[in-house]
Amino acid sequence: MTVSVIDTTIQDHRIAKMAALAISLMWIEAALPSPLPGVKPGLANIVTLVVLRRQGLRAAVWVSLLRVAAGSMLLGRFLTPGFVLSLCGASASLLVLALLSWLPKRWLGSIGLSVPAAFAHIAVQLWLVSVWLMPGLGLWPLVPGFALFAWLGGIVNGMVAERLMREN
Amino acid sequence: MSDPVSWSGRRWLNHHLALLRLGDWLMVLLGLLLVVWLMQHFWLTAPADHVVVRQGGHVFCQSTLLTDRDIRVPGPLGVTQIQIRHHRVRVVSDPGPRQLCVREGWISRAGEAAICLPNQVSVEIIGLQRDYDSLSY
Repeated sequence: MTVSVIDTTIQDHRIAKMAALAISLMWIEAALPSPLPGVKPGLANIVTLVVLRRQGLRAAVWVSLLRVAAGSMLLGRFLTPGFVLSLCGASASLLVLALLSWLPKRWLGSIGLSVPAAFAHIAVQLWLVSVWLMPGLGLWPLVPGFALFAWLGGIVNGMVAERLMREN
Repeated sequence: MSDPVSWSGRRWLNHHLALLRLGDWLMVLLGLLLVVWLMQHFWLTAPADHVVVRQGGHVFCQSTLLTDRDIRVPGPLGVTQIQIRHHRVRVVSDPGPRQLCVREGWISRAGEAAICLPNQVSVEIIGLQRDYDSLSY
């Protein structure tokens, strides 16, 4: 029998640690009651925001996608419609983060990154629900409510990320 | 947060507001504008009152949305079936090839419309006051 050894770097270990942290936040959040399906604070994104600033975009993409894949396996919804929604939401957020992280850090902190990313997240999910999951369902009257929660969640997560980075 | 007694609400707020940079304020403000715009667009528009069905440019029938009803509209290709249920309208079936108006699904807000171009049938919801005339436009 040959033993295959995968060499892991310090960077891999950092990513794994941060992904584990994000997964635990996702897990805690899954236990919280939610007023509407889809309205969640998205606490795991705090980790993504911190990793983006500390270790760069590549690491943030890894942490976010690992969290979505492994987290949904733990919650027993891997490859379900809910998984597709979170994967697409996370990808949309990462895309917005990738574009905005080009802007100078002096002017734009984690809060300014988090708010547009939260909007992108919910916009893609609502779009997916209305064209793929439940077409013909009149979602439009709910859109302002989802947007309001995305705005609040984006601000709170951004502030927590910012505080974490300034205090340590 | 070493001394919880002196950690007043105002200080807590100031501490957090100090975290925002110029771009952050801008993003928060833009986000708020988006939310307010969405609210007034989706929540403060005129309530839907009745539906106007047109065939070949003429008003085929007008109906209130308050009572459930089925409407059959004959056109050049065949019959377009329209359904009113629970203050909403949809085109159930249409002989047109692309089924665009059927795929539109339920419509319920003033100004919304489903148009079956091949069969020359249109369904438009009219509010108490008319925002814009989407068909003549």
